[in-house]
Amino acid sequence: MARPLRIVVAKAGLDGHDRGAKVIARALRDAGMEVIYTGLFQAPEQIVQTAIQEDADGIGLSILSGAHMTLFPLIVEQLKAQNAQDIVFFGGGTIPPEDAEELKRIGVREIFTPGAPLADIISFVQRECGDRRELVG
Amino acid sequence: MIERPDSPGAPPESDFGAQEKIWENASAKGKHRKGAGSGAGDRTISDLPLKTIYGPQDVEMDLARDLSWPSLYPYTRGIHPNMYRDRLWTMRQFAGFGNAKQTNERYHFLLSHGQHGLSVAFDMPTLMGFDSDAPQARGEVGKCGVAIDSLADMDTLFDGIDMGDITTSMTINGPACIALALYVAAAEKKGVPRAKLGGTVQADILKEYIAQKEWIFPPRPHMRLIVDMIRFCRDEMPRWNTISISGYHIREAGSTAAQELAFTLADGFAYVEACVAAGMEVDSFAPRLSFFFNSHIDFFEEICKFRAARRIWARHMRDRYGAKDPRSLQMRFHTQTAGCSATAQQPENNIVRVAYEAMAAVLGGTQSLHTNSMDEVLALPSEKAAEIALRTQQVLAYETNVTNVVDPLGGSYFIEALTDELERQAEDYFKRIEEYGGVIEAIEAGFFQREIADASYRYQRSLETKDRILVGVNAFEKPEERQDIELLRIGVEMEREQARSVAEVRGNRDQAAAQAALERLKIACADPHDNVMPHLIDCVNAYLTEGEIVEAMAGVYGRYTEKVAF
Repeated sequence: MARPLRIVVAKAGLDGHDRGAKVIARALRDAGMEVIYTGLFQAPEQIVQTAIQEDADGIGLSILSGAHMTLFPLIVEQLKAQNAQDIVFFGGGTIPPEDAEELKRIGVREIFTPGAPLADIISFVQRECGDRRELVG
Repeated sequence: MIERPDSPGAPPESDFGAQEKIWENASAKGKHRKGAGSGAGDRTISDLPLKTIYGPQDVEMDLARDLSWPSLYPYTRGIHPNMYRDRLWTMRQFAGFGNAKQTNERYHFLLSHGQHGLSVAFDMPTLMGFDSDAPQARGEVGKCGVAIDSLADMDTLFDGIDMGDITTSMTINGPACIALALYVAAAEKKGVPRAKLGGTVQADILKEYIAQKEWIFPPRPHMRLIVDMIRFCRDEMPRWNTISISGYHIREAGSTAAQELAFTLADGFAYVEACVAAGMEVDSFAPRLSFFFNSHIDFFEEICKFRAARRIWARHMRDRYGAKDPRSLQMRFHTQTAGCSATAQQPENNIVRVAYEAMAAVLGGTQSLHTNSMDEVLALPSEKAAEIALRTQQVLAYETNVTNVVDPLGGSYFIEALTDELERQAEDYFKRIEEYGGVIEAIEAGFFQREIADASYRYQRSLETKDRILVGVNAFEKPEERQDIELLRIGVEMEREQARSVAEVRGNRDQAAAQAALERLKIACADPHDNVMPHLIDCVNAYLTEGEIVEAMAGVYGRYTEKVAF
């Protein structure tokens, strides 16, 4: 039997709001996935390193401090630099819609804002990371 | 009309106990609502079970012991004899963004629109002890608040504002002692002596480990810094509230009302114990301790939480810590409406939520209030949203007349029963914390963090199952919704400019004097008998930056890292 999907839930920069990240981590775990929660204050380089070392299928980044237009692109860059663009990169937080569109344009697969149903997030991760798993094996 | 027999024996309808039976029968025949939202129809937002109606049998109240009168122990009904008849609460809107000059303009705007006091929001790098040009600060400068790196910034922040006339609340914790040093130095440069300064610095580090996560040093040295600060203020800043013990962030992290109440008060007791252990007499510092609570959307539960908080504080301060000065027993608190109750969907609805939450805070007897702006869930508040938030308080204060009677809900069977229940739950938590050996030990064991994460997950699940309804989020949604409200944005140029300006401050100062001040600070940090505050004031006057000072202190104390769990 195939191993369960493995997801890194990450907090970057100086943002200490971890309520959402922890709820998502638990919800994904309850949905049968393996979840690695990085803890707070991680550098983008470390987050991508962790995902590669853990052979993760996806990275979910949570930002509520307003630094999303800096930190999301830094992770996109790192994924490119480390040749790991197959890892599904998604995120959430207090992110205005125009910014979400811009982030999706540069390669963030999806942005969830406060109030997004957990069921939607879970089915997104199952679908997108499941596809990635099939491709990568 | 049914004819009523005169005597003997009253008919069942006029006997209270018989009436209860009749009501019970009628109630049992009622058909409870089904469908969305009904799953939580008999519980508070914190999952406390509620009866359909409360009566005298639900309240075991000794009037003198439990209720008393306003301004009298145990202060259940309020700390002042006439409450808002004599003086309204302080309308204190939290504001800060970009650089000191931009925030200074917003302060002038708020003061000219009738706000009474200032409340400084700092940006993340400032809160975490990093300068604006540190690599950790990238993308965060000026975003969640104002960037303050050195005395030059603090000076600009209060430009044209009489620091001896206004009161200022500074929401900062890890580097609180540095922020206070900067405030004192800026005021004295303007000719206002420190003894004249009024305000608060939050400085509540325990709730950082529990909930907000803006720490720098490990808990024990941080506690020493707080004790130093309290002692310094006691001796030199008689008008300053030394610490604002905060439940706000505990609630925002997902706790229940009872957890917010219990954990905040437990933190308060821990500070009292630390000061007493350092040789301070309880009545010499306790009158200047203050509190900060969340006002969430569950209207009655919040009112009861505030009433219970006052009573618990008074009882413990008198009976456990032997405080005698009434001011040591009176809990004064600031309230902010719940950021976590706001929704990104249909953001205008947040105006309504804020109004209910503000009213709960006032019916609970708050001393000051911040009402959130409707757009804070999306970005920093725009000027229009900030104005509506302030107007919400003014309507409450001047139009609704809820200010005319003190503790107007006191004596309600429901309110008294729920106040008692929250007090009982808080006492249970105190016992559990005691079993760990105290607050710091419970933090190290991850107790608070686990309790909060469990509660927050339970709440999220109740939204998923639609046991609870959030309007616009899991019911009454508007598909294809577009935000058309104007958002405040902080550009990247601001970050570069601030980074340049802090580098300039470092370049232009007397380097020998700065170095000497920093060395003296390090020695003081290592000496438990010294007080760091005067040394910090010397450091900021020598134009050392916040990041440099923190780095030097971390050399002595180390930095905290959290054990990760979810």
